[in-house]
Amino acid sequence: MKILRSILFRLASTAVTLVGVAVIVFFVIRVVPGDPISMMLPPGATEEDIARLTALYGLDKSIPEQFLIWAGGVLHGDFGTSITARRPVIELVLGRLPATLELSIMALVIAVIIGGAAALTGTRERDTKIEGGIDVANGMALSIPDFLWALILILLFGVAWPVFHISGRITPSLDLPFVTNFYLFESVFRLRFDLWADIVSHMFMPALALAIPLAAIIGQLLKQSLKETMHLDYVTLARTKGYGENHVIIREALPNAILPTLTLVGVQFTFLIGGTVIIERLFSYEGLGNMAIDAVINRDLPLIQGIVILFAVLFTAVNLVVDLTYALLNPRLRHA
Amino acid sequence: MSYLSISNLSVHLKGTPMRLLRDVSLTVKSGEVHGLVGESGAGKSMIGKAVLGTLPRAVEIISGKIELDGVDLLSLPPSEHRRRLGQFCALIPQDPLTALNPSRRIAPQITDRLTDILGWDSSRARQRAAEILDEVHIPDPERVLKSYPHELSGGMRQRILIASAFAAEPKLIVADEPTTALDVTVQKQILKLIKEMQQRHDTALLFVTHDLGVVSKICQSLSVLYGGMVVEATDVRDFFDEPAHPYSRALLAATPKYTDPEASLTPVPDSVIAAVRAEVEAADKRWGNG
Amino acid sequence: MLDGRSQIRRRLGLRLWLSGGWLLLLVLAAVFAPLLSPHSPLEQDLFLGRLPPFWAHGAEPGYLLGTDSLGRDVLARILYGARVALIVALAAGSITGLIGSTMGLLAGYLRGWVDVVISRLIDIWMAFPPVLFSILLIAVLGPGLVSIVIAIVVIDWTRFARVVRAEAMAQGAMDYPASAQIAGRTRLSTMFVEILPNVLPTIVVLLTLEMGIAVIVEAILSFVNLSISTDDPTWGGMISEGRASIHQAWWVMVFPLIALFLTVLSFSQFGEGLKDRFDPVLR
Repeated sequence: MKILRSILFRLASTAVTLVGVAVIVFFVIRVVPGDPISMMLPPGATEEDIARLTALYGLDKSIPEQFLIWAGGVLHGDFGTSITARRPVIELVLGRLPATLELSIMALVIAVIIGGAAALTGTRERDTKIEGGIDVANGMALSIPDFLWALILILLFGVAWPVFHISGRITPSLDLPFVTNFYLFESVFRLRFDLWADIVSHMFMPALALAIPLAAIIGQLLKQSLKETMHLDYVTLARTKGYGENHVIIREALPNAILPTLTLVGVQFTFLIGGTVIIERLFSYEGLGNMAIDAVINRDLPLIQGIVILFAVLFTAVNLVVDLTYALLNPRLRHA
Repeated sequence: MSYLSISNLSVHLKGTPMRLLRDVSLTVKSGEVHGLVGESGAGKSMIGKAVLGTLPRAVEIISGKIELDGVDLLSLPPSEHRRRLGQFCALIPQDPLTALNPSRRIAPQITDRLTDILGWDSSRARQRAAEILDEVHIPDPERVLKSYPHELSGGMRQRILIASAFAAEPKLIVADEPTTALDVTVQKQILKLIKEMQQRHDTALLFVTHDLGVVSKICQSLSVLYGGMVVEATDVRDFFDEPAHPYSRALLAATPKYTDPEASLTPVPDSVIAAVRAEVEAADKRWGNG
Repeated sequence: MLDGRSQIRRRLGLRLWLSGGWLLLLVLAAVFAPLLSPHSPLEQDLFLGRLPPFWAHGAEPGYLLGTDSLGRDVLARILYGARVALIVALAAGSITGLIGSTMGLLAGYLRGWVDVVISRLIDIWMAFPPVLFSILLIAVLGPGLVSIVIAIVVIDWTRFARVVRAEAMAQGAMDYPASAQIAGRTRLSTMFVEILPNVLPTIVVLLTLEMGIAVIVEAILSFVNLSISTDDPTWGGMISEGRASIHQAWWVMVFPLIALFLTVLSFSQFGEGLKDRFDPVLR
């Protein structure tokens, strides 16, 4: 019962935050100079045309009025209509969401693998030059943001040794049997590994760029946590039972060392998702972030609104999942 | 027949000439309880760690032999060394609140050695776990086996640790101050339990403690340590009748007497400390210490 | 006696020297750009377009790092680009630090409804994707150096606020602030006189980090063509232009990228070096 109450409380708090986000975005973008309507129309448009379209998009009303209308629509699942694409915002946004989700998750997986390997190796080789080397690599990876890594990767693997694709989500000429926009998952589901390989070769560079800073954080934090755990009595006891170093690190220390790392990794993952905006642009990857930049340039107010809200929802969802996972994994909290 | 035989064991802090154990020799016969006594920092825990292969990374063995049933552990390759320890030795740790893995239930923490190291099948191991918990007088062993450590009291956890040590029928158990971290009321019970288990399973016991009272209750022989050096090694009865070394005598005299609460405490006199320190330094000079 | 601390101190010095060295170089380049650069950064000469750097075949003397598609000298543009980078770093970094730290101090020390409001603000702020938010703000404010500084401050003040708040809370729980207040100080005065000096090391380290971030944000905005207007060179702009002709003239993108990389790395490592310096355990 206590858990239920705290979940409800968290949801309420999250809702307040989201409302705050919506309000701020709504008012900020309406202060943006540049009229989307006139940007949209051909040069020979008359005053009448402009006025008609403006009324159509409700932009002639006062700002608080517009907000209430928009908010009312949202409660029905209607996020308005995109000015540039003339289609419902919700449709556009949900259409691009899978691409960004797949990219973020792939980046997360890469980061966990690299960071985890770094942490485990650094723990096993602690106090040696190997650990020192890992620390230096970690430090560098942490200092350099995903934007720079993306540029470096483009230079290295897109130009110097063109092993991977640096543009787009999939080779354009391919015939796609997909039903959803989850290209990566569907290609596995349909056992089309030729398509899967093509998609991965397009996604790998952007995902890696996103992953590197997160991998560094995981590596550093987890290693620190592991090293501290290795001093604890139950680890020593396991050694006396005859277990070797590898077993002790992985089976005794790791499950306990992971918990403290989890919360920070969750926050960092939200930064990773935010990073998709510029990374998608760099790699011409057809995701939410890329669409967002275009929306701002074109002053497509409803679309900007929708995308920002979606990102905010994603962030808060990630935080919620992290807290839930922490509560579930910690035996003390589970049985409290 | 000595089961454990330590000969001339010297241990130092890596990169320094500072010795933590100086030419330590002792023997423990099969089924015998041997006490390691001394003040804090005298090296008694260090001996236990050396036997079990859990010396801290900063500490290194310079010389000596640790023979388990005739086989010198230090001459073996690390994996073989570990395997023997897992098979024939066990530890009863000091602090029951930190010696159990908080994210695992009790059952696997007892059965893991049995299945992974000794190759038992899991049902036999599980049965053994339940039996051994029963032996240490834990009511409702099944419920305890399914529990997590934080759900159990300190005294209960220490019983579990004792049970876990005896579960694999080891030939030698190192008990590292097993009663120090417990309440006084619980200490007596636990000590009684250890004695009971030791006698029932006929296990050799290396009992590390600073408490001479405990030694008198459970040990048959003992070694007194000061500054990493064995100052006296003898039978318990001879020791309490007439200790040979001045330091031992002073230790005995310093023990508070429950029968005479009004008597003032006599700490170990400075002259005795100086004398025994001089012995340690002289020994170092003989072995060429820096 | 062997002391691990002396070994660490030696490594510390190296990191501070290297990163500080580069940053100093940067300042010198920015200040003395007109004297150092052989050509004007804006001067175009289409006949001298896409010249490779000095060690490559086909290079022209006087254009050490080559030229871009419009014949502008890459080295000159990098030197002048350092000006923008540094101005943004210093201005945006310090103002963000000032505002963020103040908010953090207020929230962490005064607690109560002040904390509730500020914490809620931080939560809302952190729900925005930073890059998107900055692009949006630039769209509102229009391009220009001032807009960039404002955008960075508005977006990143939470970085300081969160950390300083936590530290202020920890410090506030100690005994000395309470005794100061008993002795007669007001709460605000206690905050500035007693708490702030103890939180200062953290703030200084965050400042160097923030400066590196400011440089990156400016580069990203340049890349998306939303930075300062056109002609004056920025590293991000150079990278963006260079990307288009990456196969024909790789140096146009590579050199500003290296400059950016070293600058961001140096800011961060300098901060780390300072943090280790301040660490009381090592003193």
